[in-house]
Amino acid sequence: MSKTMTRFHRIKDLPSTHLLGTGTPMCAGCGGLQALHEIYDILGERTVFVNAAGCMTLLSVYPFTPFRGSWLYTAMASAPAGAQGVRDALDILLQQRRMPATEDLQVVVLTGDGAAYGMGLSATSAAIERGLDFLYIVYDNEGYGNTGQQYSGATPHAARTATSRTGQGFRGRKKDLFEIWVAHRPAYAATVIGAEPLDLARKVEQAMAIRGPKLLLALAPCPTGWDFDPRLTVDIGRLAVRTGIWPLKEYVDGEVLHTKTPRPRRPVEEYLRLQGRFSHLFEPQREEGLLAELQADVDAYWAAAD
Amino acid sequence: MTRELLTGNGAAAWGARLARVDYVPAFPITPQTEIIESLANWIDAGEMPGRLVTLESEHSMLTAAGAAASTGVRVFSATSSQGLLYAMEMLYTVAGWRAPFVLINVSRGLSAPITLEPDHNDVLAARDSGFLQIHCANCQEVLDSVLMAYRLAEDHRVRQPVLVNLDGFYLSFTREPVSVPGPAAVDAFLPRFDSESIALRASAPESQAVAVLGGGPYSYFRYQTHLALLNGLSAYDQIAAEFADLFGRQWPAVEAYRCDDAQIVFLMIGSFATKARAAVDQLRAAGQSVGLLRPRLLRPFPEQAMRQHLLGKRAVAVIDQNLSLGKGGILFTEVASALYGKPDAPLLVSFIGGLGGRDITPEEFFEIARLADQAAARGEAPAPRLLYTDDELREMHKLQTLAHVERNSLRDKA
Repeated sequence: MSKTMTRFHRIKDLPSTHLLGTGTPMCAGCGGLQALHEIYDILGERTVFVNAAGCMTLLSVYPFTPFRGSWLYTAMASAPAGAQGVRDALDILLQQRRMPATEDLQVVVLTGDGAAYGMGLSATSAAIERGLDFLYIVYDNEGYGNTGQQYSGATPHAARTATSRTGQGFRGRKKDLFEIWVAHRPAYAATVIGAEPLDLARKVEQAMAIRGPKLLLALAPCPTGWDFDPRLTVDIGRLAVRTGIWPLKEYVDGEVLHTKTPRPRRPVEEYLRLQGRFSHLFEPQREEGLLAELQADVDAYWAAAD
Repeated sequence: MTRELLTGNGAAAWGARLARVDYVPAFPITPQTEIIESLANWIDAGEMPGRLVTLESEHSMLTAAGAAASTGVRVFSATSSQGLLYAMEMLYTVAGWRAPFVLINVSRGLSAPITLEPDHNDVLAARDSGFLQIHCANCQEVLDSVLMAYRLAEDHRVRQPVLVNLDGFYLSFTREPVSVPGPAAVDAFLPRFDSESIALRASAPESQAVAVLGGGPYSYFRYQTHLALLNGLSAYDQIAAEFADLFGRQWPAVEAYRCDDAQIVFLMIGSFATKARAAVDQLRAAGQSVGLLRPRLLRPFPEQAMRQHLLGKRAVAVIDQNLSLGKGGILFTEVASALYGKPDAPLLVSFIGGLGGRDITPEEFFEIARLADQAAARGEAPAPRLLYTDDELREMHKLQTLAHVERNSLRDKA
């Protein structure tokens, strides 16, 4: 991304008024809501959020909504198909001059990782393949959070969840949704995190300037699911980036670029030890083998990236 | 108006074309595919405006259909059988959105075992979804019903999706002469869709399909949707009367054939009812007073009309081309609930037939009439009966013998 093109150079360039209403039923310290706030400030109200079943389905509960724009809840598996229907209908109305261009909306899918990494993947893949002009926002809290944090396709190795409570935690490995998107050659794909608002703002800005399928994959620190004090959301978010566990990157014009390279990288341990879901790596004794394995995964990623 | 030889699928596609549908989310499945192929070819050739998009599943197809209808365009879609079931979550969902559009189902028996030929377990699985249901018996009726279905779906009193059903193979691939009305005549009956308040627009933000907390609001919205479907009864009658005025064809909610003075009445839906109709003529010729009642509208259920036609009859034979496993015929229980406790209710006799496209022969209709008459004389309904002949059972036993031989020969080789 060309930094000279952006209107976001410093934190004070970020919008100072906030569009998303307060008083939602999201948990205190929700990293997903933090990212959504920041994204919505830039996207604006000429949007329709097409939602897949997840925590954020509870943002709009009759008769309240925090959105100034529009909203359509669909189901867990098919929000991208809902986006397809809305986009196609708007295009038809524009084409037939049944609606002025000023009435047009940006179509945005809002989904958690449960749908994005699993049930909704087929509908997402097909929407990308059809070249649908939409923005796909994932708030990734690495588990089925709305039902009490059972492991999902997004759960990292060794994390304890409601369905991997004992032993060394989750045996599987986090699926690489960013690379799955990139394999489809979409218009745009980026990872973001609420704790890095300037990087996030530039990516939203960039995505809005491009037509086609666009991904914003936001790691969403989750106090209830990851078991940490809500005041630590921003710290954990920053550590996710600085330890290199959550690489901030974007795919544009056929290339993946890292937008923030942590140098020097902090030990992964610093990120892990703040979260109850990884406490079994430190208590009652340090699991040196697992800790080394998790550090090695991150080292290998950056060795390949550099 | 032109008269053409059209398959049921062709008639459905012509209905959509004449309705000037804006948007067709599609997914192929036998025996429906010809419908979306026809529309795709017309759109590609510039013979009809509109946009067709192939989704990756029926679940997504129904989501896109509901979303587009909720944005304010006229939507058409079609499926069959497994596809309808795959989309089932979204059938209930988009009906709750009050999204008005038309969906064709080309009936086909459900898996397992997997098969291609028709019965009505697929469409009846959608019975409680909030879609209105119109059931067709011939190709002309398919075309006409699509046009009427849009009027019904978009009617202010209703505003719900409508399902138009035709039977796979027997209608989908059968050519019949169909009168195709001219565009001007159709436009006079079915004006362009004015979605009014149903819209997603920048100047008028709208939250659709939001969650509710607690049973109070949930019950309210669910019951309101139920009332909207019930409004469909009078709306349908008015629309059908208008259609008859303009096009000269009568499609009442419940079609009665030689019923007025009948003692025994066959009750059936779909294309197999035409077999019952032929049997009625033969039985009449033999001096028996038999008639046929064919509900076209199943949701909303035209209870009053059913009572008007059936109270005072000697016996009614309900022939279900479906099977609620562990209970019996679905139509039978629906008819029974409409007549129970009413004075002069006829004796009801239940038959299951035509599963997976299995034929129902004239002789079987004669036997059904005889059994219904007998039951009325006794004053007691016999147990529900599956239409299945000794010959069929013998053929089935042959297949089983073959299966055993095949299995044993595999074992011998191993």
